[in-house]
Amino acid sequence: MNFRRGKNTFWLSIMTLMLIITAGFLVVFIVRIITLGAPVLSWKFIVEPPREAMTEGGIFPALIGTFLLTALAMIIALPLGIFTAIWLTHYGKPSQLVNILHIIINTMAGIPSIIFGLFGMTIFVNLLDLNVSLLSGSLTLAILALPVIINNTEEAIRSVPADFSEASLALGATTRQTISKVVFPAALPNILTGAIISVGRVAGETAPIMFTAATFYSRSLPHSLQNEVMALPYHIYALMTEGTHPQAQVPIAYGTALVLLLLVLLIDALAIIIRSYMRKKRQW
Amino acid sequence: MKTIKERTFQVIAYLASLLTVVCLIAIIYGIFHDGLPLFKVISWKDFLFTNNWYPTYDPPGFGAWALIIGSLYVTLGALIIAIPLSLGSAIFISEIASPGLREIVKPVIELLAGIPSVVYGLFGMAFLAPLIRQWFSLDTGLNLFTSSLILGIMVIPIICSISEDAMSSVPHSIREASLALGATKTETIFKAIIPAAKKGIIGSILLGFGRAIGETMVVLMVAGGAAQIPNSIFKSVRPLTSTIAAEMGETIIGDLHYNALFALAIVLFIITFLSNLITEIVFRPKRQK
Repeated sequence: MNFRRGKNTFWLSIMTLMLIITAGFLVVFIVRIITLGAPVLSWKFIVEPPREAMTEGGIFPALIGTFLLTALAMIIALPLGIFTAIWLTHYGKPSQLVNILHIIINTMAGIPSIIFGLFGMTIFVNLLDLNVSLLSGSLTLAILALPVIINNTEEAIRSVPADFSEASLALGATTRQTISKVVFPAALPNILTGAIISVGRVAGETAPIMFTAATFYSRSLPHSLQNEVMALPYHIYALMTEGTHPQAQVPIAYGTALVLLLLVLLIDALAIIIRSYMRKKRQW
Repeated sequence: MKTIKERTFQVIAYLASLLTVVCLIAIIYGIFHDGLPLFKVISWKDFLFTNNWYPTYDPPGFGAWALIIGSLYVTLGALIIAIPLSLGSAIFISEIASPGLREIVKPVIELLAGIPSVVYGLFGMAFLAPLIRQWFSLDTGLNLFTSSLILGIMVIPIICSISEDAMSSVPHSIREASLALGATKTETIFKAIIPAAKKGIIGSILLGFGRAIGETMVVLMVAGGAAQIPNSIFKSVRPLTSTIAAEMGETIIGDLHYNALFALAIVLFIITFLSNLITEIVFRPKRQK
């Protein structure tokens, strides 16, 4: 009996230790980024372009670039993803076709992001001749985000109780009316949460934009969809691997990383808050 | 009028789904179209199993064995670090932590899963690599061990979060039955909870595998980049993803080097596709219940 109790205590301590080590790693990581990034942060760092071959100045063009890339990608991917999810949940027939589409979506979700980058380069940059540009990058990111959005939306729609749509159909509403007036509004909070989380993911991606949109250095903002853009994640990579003044560039890289980290964490925290708020408010 | 609206709506939904299918076909077409020409010049056996990646030499060598091994070693190292830590943490959160603590830790872990990989890369390159070089008195801290460690830290939140979901969705009756029979907490965890949550746990590990082998920025910044088969964990490696990212800028469209990088992408695609397929097969029986 004592042996069993001892073994029990031993294993419970091991589990606790595992969590403590994990937490320790992550705390060191976060604290390191914050303490080295924070001294660089200032209002000027946010609103000024980089100067002196990226050894001074701020990150404004990269911030705007990331915003534009993410916003455009979501504008392209959201309607596409939502309508695909609607087809899957309400129209999909025959069921083999639905299964095939599910396999395709899951396959796409597992493809490494660098392959999306290569695909964007061959199809958008070279074949469709869109050049290395905001548009090519956004299209690539949109396709990367698509499977995540479809899966989230489908889950959100399926979590609306069947009574809702049955009641609506029984009242004589058509399928379209049922979807747009009953099911979609009920699923909207969960769809939004999923969309916000994918915004966070898209904003932090580097590999897909390396060959499709990003440039190391640009003092001006893009003035058309055909322009190259700077982006926060790529800027961090560039600061660490290009240039000749690492002593000056590494602190800026930490500052940029902190901005990106705060941005992504705030977006994700927003999604988590919306989700828990809506769960409490939900009537069913 | 009504029927036209209905039709249009349905057609839009149908076209959206069709476009999703077209996207995947385009991705596969894109990488195979630009990758397959390589195999007119060298056989796929030589490409996969010889160790001579000298794409810019004259004559060039395109044997990717060292790159494939590099990817597998880094991923294996990451999983060796991540699996015990994340499963231990998941068990703690699901079975040991008080509900109050769980309410805090679970969302924090989910948040951590969203941190961009380039930030991990920066952390590894600017902080961890110099430390590791000092501790083990090496020539460089950019090696297999450091990149496995960073990748491991990166996939912990994913494996932990999904396997925790699997464990906490095991019905309470199973837990209570085991405890009522006189089993200790540990015995309940190992003999009742983990067997019941087995599928979810395996799925979470496979997902972590897919994430680690496909990760580009961390290995590009931290793995060192020498195309060799490492004879110690402190040797530099050059995984598939970082080779593609590092060399694509040097190539000219349509030359053999360009084709070879797409051929590497085909290898990567097939590996992740297979691991996805296994996940699907593992998960499927659970869905039908």
